[in-house]
Amino acid sequence: MKVPADFGVSDGVLTELVVPSDLRSAKQPEEQILREVQDRNYDEQSVFAIKLALEEALTNAIRHGNRNDDRGRLTILYAVRSDRTVICVRDEGQGFEPASLPDPTADENLEVPNGRGIMLMYAYMTKIRFNDQGNEVWMLKIAGAPQ
Amino acid sequence: MEQPSSHLIIKRAEGVSVVEFADRKILEELSIQEIGEELDRLVESEPGIKLLLNFQNVDHLSSAALGMLITLNKKIKERSGALKLSDINRQIFEVFKITRLNRVFDIHDSANEALSVFDA
Repeated sequence: MKVPADFGVSDGVLTELVVPSDLRSAKQPEEQILREVQDRNYDEQSVFAIKLALEEALTNAIRHGNRNDDRGRLTILYAVRSDRTVICVRDEGQGFEPASLPDPTADENLEVPNGRGIMLMYAYMTKIRFNDQGNEVWMLKIAGAPQ
Repeated sequence: MEQPSSHLIIKRAEGVSVVEFADRKILEELSIQEIGEELDRLVESEPGIKLLLNFQNVDHLSSAALGMLITLNKKIKERSGALKLSDINRQIFEVFKITRLNRVFDIHDSANEALSVFDA
């Protein structure tokens, strides 16, 4: 899937990183992206939002997409601009249907320990887009924009 | 008496186990399992524990951290104990509100306030 047209950046400006599918290896692209975000002097809330959503996306790709198989790979595409950051996280799994997930804020699910990652991604990023298969997520954060 | 551990700083105050996190990024994915295990051991060691988690050193947390806290809260309640959270900064509290977990946990502005109401 190409970068969504309404995200305001073109495919040609994206940096691509491929890392093994484990939490420790995923730290490197996370820290690289956050360093660039902080170098651009984003407001504190936007930095928090990007860190949270990115970590959720990476964890989902590792645990669910690649099923905790550290022989798998994660592909991360990103661009950090003065006014926006675009990030894509792709795993090698079968994908899933985001709409099929239960609502973690429903009363009956409040004390379920998992299932909040995607909800937090939607809450904290300006736009979220999954590919049809569900193994690739594009995230856009407009710097300074309310959630 | 302070008991150092790799991720947690545990003190006792007025019959309450007060836990602070030793690292600002402590509640990230990589650390969560270890922290959960340390807290689990603490709860196991003290039936009916009164536990206060002080978040003053925390500026980030993941959904896995929330899951760990939910599991911890359930275990403590099952063992007739009590869990309170305190000193949560505005951004972290917003995560609790967005997920409606501010309704599940007993959250206080400060550790002193939490300590004063533990037996209330």
